[in-house]
Amino acid sequence: MATRISRRELAERLAQDIPDGAYVNLGIGAPTLVADHMPEGREINLHTENGMLRMGPAPDAAHVDPDLINAGKQPVTELPGASYFNQAESFGVMRGGHLDVCVLGAFEVSQHGDLANWSTGEPGSIPAVGGAMDLAIGAKQVYVMTDLLTKEGRPKLVAECAYPLTGRRCVSRVYTDHAVFDVTPDGFAVLDAFGDTTVAELEELLGLPLIDRTGRAS
Amino acid sequence: MIDKVVEDIDETIADIGDGATVMIGGFGRAGQPVDLIEALIRHGARDLTIVSNNAGNGDVGLAALLKSGRVRKVVCSFPRQVDSWVFDGLYRAGEIELELVPQGNLVERIRAAGAGIPAFYTPTGVGTELYADAEVREFGGREYVLVEALHADFALIQGYRADRLGNVVYRKTARNFGPPMATAATTTIVQVDEVVPVGTLDPEAIPTPGIFVDRVVPVGWRDWMPGGEYAGGLVDVNGEPVGTEED
Repeated sequence: MATRISRRELAERLAQDIPDGAYVNLGIGAPTLVADHMPEGREINLHTENGMLRMGPAPDAAHVDPDLINAGKQPVTELPGASYFNQAESFGVMRGGHLDVCVLGAFEVSQHGDLANWSTGEPGSIPAVGGAMDLAIGAKQVYVMTDLLTKEGRPKLVAECAYPLTGRRCVSRVYTDHAVFDVTPDGFAVLDAFGDTTVAELEELLGLPLIDRTGRAS
Repeated sequence: MIDKVVEDIDETIADIGDGATVMIGGFGRAGQPVDLIEALIRHGARDLTIVSNNAGNGDVGLAALLKSGRVRKVVCSFPRQVDSWVFDGLYRAGEIELELVPQGNLVERIRAAGAGIPAFYTPTGVGTELYADAEVREFGGREYVLVEALHADFALIQGYRADRLGNVVYRKTARNFGPPMATAATTTIVQVDEVVPVGTLDPEAIPTPGIFVDRVVPVGWRDWMPGGEYAGGLVDVNGEPVGTEED
């Protein structure tokens, strides 16, 4: 049985790959955990798409300010050196290629780097896209943080996405609870497999051929 | 003398007619011009097209406007939220039309309208179902979709302070859609906490210069800003007073 790591451990693992001084957008939900696990001594600049750089952590109840929220509409704080700007400028930050890293969740990532994370295409559901499509194409490195398998055991890393696309050929790397994958012109490459997990096990779980870049003796 | 200040909020929105396209600022509740929206509900214009990032939260502001049945169509990026039950109900009942636009394309379409650019190519949305019918063109080996500028008859915005010339400053992330929307409407109406004397605002830091603003209406301090100073611990993130929630 392949080893799995927790969300917290995964956030720690991902945080190691964010360099000192980086401009980073952590989307909403699980990827925001990454901010809490930055290695000691590294200073990063968090961007929130509703118009702020150097966003700080959540305030205590006595310092909630309805005028100061993040993309998930939760209260946040400002760090020294913070700046506010309007939405057009904020999306120019993404589209213009100024962000170093963004971290997103996913329903599916294809071996070509296509991302599906905004809609399951379910009939009768209310569509909502927000900044997902802008973020998907809006950073030098687009990292996805997700479980390798759905709750039902279906792979989220696939040959071709079945869900509606958020962006085409946009994902650089996928951090999962079993392993870290790079998206390469030849498909997924395993960079790092956690614990006892082997590349052969991952190939079986995903039903995809994988490139072994773990540096382990096979 | 130039004086864009209108004290009577109902008077500021009285010329919004049936069938108008109205931009409404705000990201969620932050920056949502709730007093102007309430005046618009009292006014009664119908068959409106609303351009806004979201489609209302809870039962107040934009949600109350939708509930009033006067909105034909919503152009927005993110209607579905934990507290968007008013929109959700209307949409499921087929009583409201939705044009879904990715947030960055939405705001850039608004910015373009205000800057005299009729259309532009954007990388956002290439290869997705939202742009299945869009014109695609390649620049430097990368594909882009053509999208058109988005203009409105009116923009309703919440600022923090303004002067009689229409210069507006905002507060923190409540700025969001205010500056681009102010440029993209035939008539821009801004509600502010306070009108200050000309010369008070720092000319180096005016996100919305007065040329883009037609009317300013002071609505008084919000609950968390008594006397114009932020007072912590009084409200939750929705601006509701702390400790008064019903069980």
